[in-house]
Amino acid sequence: MRELRVTPIKNGTVIDHIPAGMALKVLKILGIGDGVASTVTVAMHVPSQAMGWKDIVKVEDRELGTREIDKIALIAPSASVNVIRNYNVAEKRRVALPDRAVGILRCGNPNCISNAREPVESEFVVRSKAPLRIYCKYCDRELEDIPSHIV
Amino acid sequence: MSSFRGRDVLSIRDFSRADIELVLKTARKMVPIALGKKVSRDLEGRILGTLFYEPSTRTRLSFESAMGRLGGRVLGFSSAEGTSVQKGETLADTIRMVEAYSDGVVLSHPQEGAARLAAEFSEKPVINAGDGAGQHPTQTLLDLFTIWDEKGSIEGQRVALVGDLKYGRTVHSLTYALAELGAHLSFVSPPTLEMPREIVDHIKERHLSFQLSHRLEDVIREADVLYVTRIQKERFPDPQEYEKVAGSYRVDLDLLKDAKRDLIIMHPLPRVTEIAPEVDRTKHALYFKQAFNGVPVRMALLDLILGGGP
Repeated sequence: MRELRVTPIKNGTVIDHIPAGMALKVLKILGIGDGVASTVTVAMHVPSQAMGWKDIVKVEDRELGTREIDKIALIAPSASVNVIRNYNVAEKRRVALPDRAVGILRCGNPNCISNAREPVESEFVVRSKAPLRIYCKYCDRELEDIPSHIV
Repeated sequence: MSSFRGRDVLSIRDFSRADIELVLKTARKMVPIALGKKVSRDLEGRILGTLFYEPSTRTRLSFESAMGRLGGRVLGFSSAEGTSVQKGETLADTIRMVEAYSDGVVLSHPQEGAARLAAEFSEKPVINAGDGAGQHPTQTLLDLFTIWDEKGSIEGQRVALVGDLKYGRTVHSLTYALAELGAHLSFVSPPTLEMPREIVDHIKERHLSFQLSHRLEDVIREADVLYVTRIQKERFPDPQEYEKVAGSYRVDLDLLKDAKRDLIIMHPLPRVTEIAPEVDRTKHALYFKQAFNGVPVRMALLDLILGGGP
């Protein structure tokens, strides 16, 4: 029996291999919720050969910028980003953790100078990728609970 | 020309072993000048900006003394009150203003990471004189100088760090530096104020020997250096519990009966009750000399950074 849970899209982005349960966080990163002009499809807890279970997010008529992809890498390092043009996969990218995360996270230390009214972007250094451990460039504290500090 | 010229001093972890050794040797040459027995004009005509957003009397005065002993001058403020900071000026703007008036900037600030931010905006060298609960590299250097000057080396010395090892970031910086220089470390603290795991792991990774303990008595016989820090009342919800804990980490003559003859006792000051006043009269007490050492060490840094080097 053929099951078609999600229909193909003509143009846009498919984010596949998201760890099960993280799709809603991906939507938050993409700013989906307010004033979206295109169709967004979310599949959660889909069987996956490689991962057991996974989530998938499809966004029509939109391609992602580097910062958005970097943010996704922080919460879903296993994800792949497929750019769809005219029903074909035009580009297939695995997300990659950057060595530095600039302007995409807020420091969890309320007394860090990067949280003050200063003309700088936050910046974090990735010291370990698995397990993911990242440190604020300014106050040198490790950032815990990364998903809730994405800006 | 020295590799230090124009360099920022933000965290002790930016210093290699060779860097630290150069500072210590230069500081030793500065001692007679710091004591007023010799006169130096090395930094004549130079101006140091000292921005103390956070009051820190000892640090500020020793920087001012250091610059003055080398023939230089100081301008700045000792609290943010009455300055443009109160009008809402950002640190980034204040730094760019002060660097225009000086050859280097010393910054003490209540927020962590302030010195690193200042260094990004300043072409002139920035020296971190403490950023909140963050780094205080010149304190670490003067602590290292005190041990080195007294013991002749740091490698192989048995250094026991005592007190609040969890929150005291000065102790963390000192631990990294002592490990880098090959000291044997003991950490003595109440169970709730132990050295953070991340720092202990760093020492393990470097295959250095160390000891964890909750009792001063466990380390007093072996120690060459006892580095005592204050246990703060506010870390304990129950005042009675605080009294009990603080009392068990108190250094007094009774404890010192078992100590090595040449044990030195250090403390970043101010102390409260953790070292009994009777200890001041013993030859173990080095904390006032340690406070003095802030001057030659800061002179060394200023001379290396603003002058031509040693």
